[in-house]
Amino acid sequence: MSGHSNWPEWIYIGVVVALMVWVGAEAWEAERLIEHVPADAETIIVTGQQWFWTFEHEDGTKEIGELHVEVGKAYKFEIVSKDVNHSFNIHDYVVLMDAIPGRVNTVWFAPTEVGQHDIQCREYCGLIHYNMRGTLYVEAPSS
Amino acid sequence: MVLELQKPRPIWQIMFSTHHTDVGLLYLITSLAFLFLGGSLALAIRAELFLPGAQIIGDAMTFNRIFTVHGTTLIFLFILPFASAVGNYFVPIMVRYKDMAYPKLNAIAFWMIPPAGALIWLGFADFTWYATPPYSIISAPGPAADMWIFGLKILGISSVLGAINFIVTILKCKHPDMSIGQVPLLAWSFLSSSLIILVAIPTFAAALLMLLTDRLGVSGFFNPAMGGDPIAYAHLFWFTFHPEVYVLVIPAIGMMYEIIPRFSRKPIYSYNSGVFAFVLLSIVGFSSWAHHMYATGMSFTEKTVFMVGTLAAVPASAMHVFNFIATMWNGRIKFSTPMMWAVGGIALFFSAGAGGVANAAMPLDFTTHDTYWVVGHFHLFVMGTIAFGSIGFLYYMFPYVTGRMYNEKMGKIHFILSFIGTVLVFFTQHVLGLYGMPRRIFDYPPIPEWITMNQIATVGAMIIGVSMVIFLANMIYSSGKGKLANTEDPFGVGGKYYYPFEAKNPSH
Ligand code: HEM
Ligand SMILES: [Cu+2]
Ligand SMILES: [Cu+2]
Repeated sequence: MSGHSNWPEWIYIGVVVALMVWVGAEAWEAERLIEHVPADAETIIVTGQQWFWTFEHEDGTKEIGELHVEVGKAYKFEIVSKDVNHSFNIHDYVVLMDAIPGRVNTVWFAPTEVGQHDIQCREYCGLIHYNMRGTLYVEAPSS
Repeated sequence: MVLELQKPRPIWQIMFSTHHTDVGLLYLITSLAFLFLGGSLALAIRAELFLPGAQIIGDAMTFNRIFTVHGTTLIFLFILPFASAVGNYFVPIMVRYKDMAYPKLNAIAFWMIPPAGALIWLGFADFTWYATPPYSIISAPGPAADMWIFGLKILGISSVLGAINFIVTILKCKHPDMSIGQVPLLAWSFLSSSLIILVAIPTFAAALLMLLTDRLGVSGFFNPAMGGDPIAYAHLFWFTFHPEVYVLVIPAIGMMYEIIPRFSRKPIYSYNSGVFAFVLLSIVGFSSWAHHMYATGMSFTEKTVFMVGTLAAVPASAMHVFNFIATMWNGRIKFSTPMMWAVGGIALFFSAGAGGVANAAMPLDFTTHDTYWVVGHFHLFVMGTIAFGSIGFLYYMFPYVTGRMYNEKMGKIHFILSFIGTVLVFFTQHVLGLYGMPRRIFDYPPIPEWITMNQIATVGAMIIGVSMVIFLANMIYSSGKGKLANTEDPFGVGGKYYYPFEAKNPSH
């Protein structure tokens, strides 16, 4: 470093490192909270296959392409695949988890408002991947 | 047909030559041909997505094949061969040696590329550029898929041969009076990226063979129906390809290290910090591969490890940006075409890195992963940084290769249009990702935000398309009819140059 002083670069590197530490710490904390599945969450088995989603509730009822849930409850999705990789996604609730044959992946969410949201596949799975879509119906509590 | 325009020779003399500038020329022409081929596919994709519903590409299968071949072509048949072209021209000259260390091997490495390109283009596979199993095993139609696998196999071998050649040329053949600390940063960039190649590529080479035998049904490494694990493939793939993204970007940074000081008429702010950042990136780049796999069901601990590994690589990239800005600071900058491309590329490099940090932060990645955000992110690198650096460098080396000057005004228009287009396409794609649009989809529901964003992106892409036509016209016209370059100082900035002309070509 042919003689000239390099302190601006050191300050800059320090700032970048500090920023990365901050991003990492925030992300770690947030992810740790998000991953904690509430004990009373109801389980829904989500099956991906070319090119639709099937949902099986705890009471054994099955839905294809549509998923009905209630406000105020927590749901745990157990995601599986019958053929190739898919990715189960409710973008509005930041629910995203791959469906991989031979594995069970879990992710949970608790809907907060009555409404409708798109369900889609976010991992390339072949011909009709673009239309492997469904709808989430969040309904008022039944009782 | 004659190729070299200063001292014309029949084309076969160049094709059968092993001289580094001839092999460099072959790499250069091949890579540019694939730039235009792959680029046309991109325009087709963007035209299709302008509106919901089927537009110009009749069916989903064709669309899927097009984006697969688009990505494969531009990464492996444009970016990599372009870097090899620059390396072939400049590395031997920069280390003051008469040629590459192994000239025949050099020519062989080049000649593996056309057959590999042919396999990829004639097959036209549909399983995306990462060929994920089990889709690629049980669902992807052959023979396209198999041809793709063989094509990539050949390209991998070619990369390894090229890397060995660069490493030996730089470390063993450099002039005895020259210490490694005097090797210019452009050559350092080839040293670092070649070392990454040697460590990274074998893993994917193995995975490709396993994929092939899985497809043939004789093994089940990645096939759950036979007890295999698709996630194992993802690890092998990204162990190669996260480091590989640095293989792509490092030479482009090296090219900027050649351009920026030259046109700022100042020495580089800190040579040592450039070398340090290259070496650091080559090492830390190996600690982050599974940041592509947060959503595959990894444990919290695994995700944390790979997030930390990813964030740890960021300062090394950031150091380059600092170095460039500090070099330009107080310089007498001349904004000739190469400089404009380099400076634009640095700005986009910075934005791309910022987006990458958001991907790396694990909860945010569940919003961005496999949406158009990711497409925007990596295109700011591959197009915004690497193609910009490369094109800038092409203008820079143009007078050396052809002995003539390109048209400066057309070069600047090319830059301005490309820059506007790139911002329109890839910044918009980030937003589109936040709205939730998945990548790799042939059609989409008529969600108003999605339509608007897609239309902006398509317009941007067409602007880039127009600029590339101007570019092509400029290159073709100027190489034959451009005004003769002053090869001592083609850009009128003073200082010392590295000329391919100084290399003694036996057939001249
Ligand atoms: C500051 C440095 C960088 C960071 C922090 C970073 C981070 C990331 C992360 C976390 C992803 C995964 C996103 C996802 O799929 O959800 C990603 C994807 C990607 N990055 Fe980067 N990246 C950086 C630099 C680069 C460079 C230099 C290149 C290329 C030259 C690059 C090319 C890519 C590609 C091609 C993908 C997507 C691959 C695919 O899914 O097809 N990145 N990056
Ligand atoms: Cu899918
Ligand atoms: Cu990566």
